[in-house]
Amino acid sequence: MKFDSKILEGPLAEKWTKHKFTQKLVNPANKRKYDIIVVGTGLAGASAAASLAELGYNVKAFTYHDSPRRAHSIAAQGGINAAKNYQNDGDSVYRLFYDTIKGGDYRAREGNVYRLAEVSVDIIDQCVAQGVPFAREYGGLLANRSFGGAQVSRTFYARGQTGQQLLLGAYSALSRQVANGKVKMYTRTEVMDIVMVDGKARGIVTRNLITGKVESHAGHAVLLCTGGYGNVFYLSTNALNCNASATWRAHKKGALFANPCFTQIHPTCIPVSGEYQSKLTLMSESLRNDGRVWVPKKAGDKRKPEDIPEAERDYFLERRYPSFGNLVPRDVASRNAKYVCDEGRGVGESGLAVYLDFADAIKRDGMNTISAKYGNLFDMYAMITGEDPYKTPMRIYPAVHYTMGGLWVDYNLMTTVPGLYAMGEANFSDHGANRLGASALMQGLADGYFVIPYTIGDYLATMPADKITVDRPEFKEAETGVVNLVKRLLSINGQKTPGQIHKELGKIMWDYCGMSRSAEGLKSAREKVRALKEEFWRNVKVVGTGDELNLSLEKASRVADFLELGELMIVDALNRNESCGGHFREEYQTEDGEALRDDANYAYVAAWEYKGPNQDAELHKEELIFENVKLTQRSYK
Amino acid sequence: MLNEKREFYLALSIQHLNFERRMNLKLRIWRQRDANSKGALVDYEVKVNPHMSFLEMLDELNETLQQKGQEPVAFDHDCREGICGSCNLFINGRPHGPMQTTTCQLHMRHFHEGETVVIEPWRAKAFPIVKDLIVDRSAFDRIVQAGGYISVNTGSARDANEIPIPKIIADEAFNSAACIACGACVAACKNASAMLFVGAQISKLALLPQGKAERKATGRENGGSDGCGGFWSLLQYRGLLG
Repeated sequence: MKFDSKILEGPLAEKWTKHKFTQKLVNPANKRKYDIIVVGTGLAGASAAASLAELGYNVKAFTYHDSPRRAHSIAAQGGINAAKNYQNDGDSVYRLFYDTIKGGDYRAREGNVYRLAEVSVDIIDQCVAQGVPFAREYGGLLANRSFGGAQVSRTFYARGQTGQQLLLGAYSALSRQVANGKVKMYTRTEVMDIVMVDGKARGIVTRNLITGKVESHAGHAVLLCTGGYGNVFYLSTNALNCNASATWRAHKKGALFANPCFTQIHPTCIPVSGEYQSKLTLMSESLRNDGRVWVPKKAGDKRKPEDIPEAERDYFLERRYPSFGNLVPRDVASRNAKYVCDEGRGVGESGLAVYLDFADAIKRDGMNTISAKYGNLFDMYAMITGEDPYKTPMRIYPAVHYTMGGLWVDYNLMTTVPGLYAMGEANFSDHGANRLGASALMQGLADGYFVIPYTIGDYLATMPADKITVDRPEFKEAETGVVNLVKRLLSINGQKTPGQIHKELGKIMWDYCGMSRSAEGLKSAREKVRALKEEFWRNVKVVGTGDELNLSLEKASRVADFLELGELMIVDALNRNESCGGHFREEYQTEDGEALRDDANYAYVAAWEYKGPNQDAELHKEELIFENVKLTQRSYK
Repeated sequence: MLNEKREFYLALSIQHLNFERRMNLKLRIWRQRDANSKGALVDYEVKVNPHMSFLEMLDELNETLQQKGQEPVAFDHDCREGICGSCNLFINGRPHGPMQTTTCQLHMRHFHEGETVVIEPWRAKAFPIVKDLIVDRSAFDRIVQAGGYISVNTGSARDANEIPIPKIIADEAFNSAACIACGACVAACKNASAMLFVGAQISKLALLPQGKAERKATGRENGGSDGCGGFWSLLQYRGLLG
């Protein structure tokens, strides 16, 4: 298997500049001869589609939503990092790079992460020029706040709706290109397969979600900007339609899947309230700037929070991590919440929650200041729980939020399939084993605005601009495959709905491949997932027909892929005999319960190759080389 | 305003906290096979937990229907955090129901035992029905394509802090930009007008200095989708442009 990250030798700060210079160019007159397929219209997809169309390429963009503006990037709350150093507090490109590498527990490539930090400053400029209404100071200049895993204020934000505003910026740029005729937009259209011609990705097969019509689209390159796979866990902060089918089907066509076990559990979500729960709601990490996390010192203390005196409270993050306090990275905060709940000190009806308390902040800054910063989040909390966070502490608990793993890509964002790219959360590239807050928006936009426009030309320049038609046998064969999949799902007519099976899968994954994992648990989980997959294909019940809007069918097709990806996540977690970032193996921890990495044996990207149905995936290793940072045990004490 | 709104939610939720874990509701839901079929209200009975969200109540109904081999009720939804703007149910004669929130943020504690809940799709000619409760809102995309953007190519921006914008203006622009394009304003309007949606887009652009250079530009002839008029002509009309 060919395996090259394509990162140039030489000083870190010069790699991207040099690399851009080595890239072949497509001249402006030729750009209009190339067709690029963009799947997904979130931050990565919309920014890429717009930027490539501006350059002159013909773009076809696809989303299963009714509008590109509904992609789940829209729900990102807290902010976007950039090394602007507007606050004069010691930030720099190098520090953002360093924080991100360290935050990722040294499991990301130095070159990629440095580039991310480098282009971060351009993203803010671009977004402001588009009219993104970031928070400002009274002097009219941009405001910043701090976020977990950093000791500088480098996060730009638009109240608690930063993702929404950034996506609307990218959506407006995309809309401009739709109006110009350079982007053809396909809504309510789901990608079902990737089509390969002569070993290159040359198109996709889609299903029209309203009519059920299966058809093909050809192009010169395919960009998957389809988000992460957190919904393998059933309950997560992802939107309900987020799925892994495009990336998984690309994986089956030869794209390696990297570090699937690296999943992020976000510490501040509203706790589960019952069996009927359909999703978990995130409370932005920015709340940890002012909120203090605590539980009672005594196990089983069922008093109301306001009746528990100061001396009987345990502010466990401040106690264990005095220098970062409540702003430790997400994985550390989540794991510690789990520990105190395991000790029986969790709060609320279920005992699976900790307090996030604003009483001190309100006393210090006043109700109005706190309301201006977090008003919409407090309202949302009140609406969902029926409790007033201005008067009583919020209850929070960790929930699956983001997946650092994804399709393996080189420095150009190309997967191991020529012409097939993966961007944003769909790739694995920049966050290592743990993503820092406010870095997902940064990466999605970096990939779309400032990386792919430079790197795609290098690939296109090597291939003829001749168009291919979808009459070719490769397309017909892929279409037949999709039609047969639909038929097969509809014909099983068993006893369990796709939703029931999804829920069962989620429980297995959360119990054994969630916040804390063990070899023994993972082995049994693998058996359970295999059995569930077997049951799915024997006993799933999909109602309706294939040639209409059919929610049951859509769900079944996605759950089928979740089952296979779930197993690979377990296999990867079992292979990685160390703890790092979001991957915590019980067997590998320090005496005081911190993650214990094994750099001698596991400082590599685990990239898995699909070998066929019911075959074990094959592991390929990309060794991570650290020339600039020294690997140390992450300490936030 | 924020505080008032919160008190309102709390007052309503506390009233219902002592409810039985399950309450019985009658649902009357609009079912329509596709755009060309005739639709009708169909009755269902459900037992719900008051802590459920409205959409979780429908999820449970759909699970039951599927187990009986019947087709689930089709409705749009996605983020379930009140931000994506996908969910759009017309509940008891009001867009998003009684709470002035998105449908996904509406909880069953705001309904009472034995109540009949009528669930319809958005009712507006500009939003044709696709199936059951799903409508086609692509008119909103066409409005934005008509000029709801600032013409700046990637890479040509200057430093972000070179355009100081007074905090008050930035906050005001944010308030308009926060529109989630769910379409409730159109559904609530007797004339099914999109003026509130268009107004939100316009006031954001008109408040910010960034797009100023192109405001008086002509040649935006591609505007005018769905009878809403081009963007900049609307700006002129509303006196927002100098």
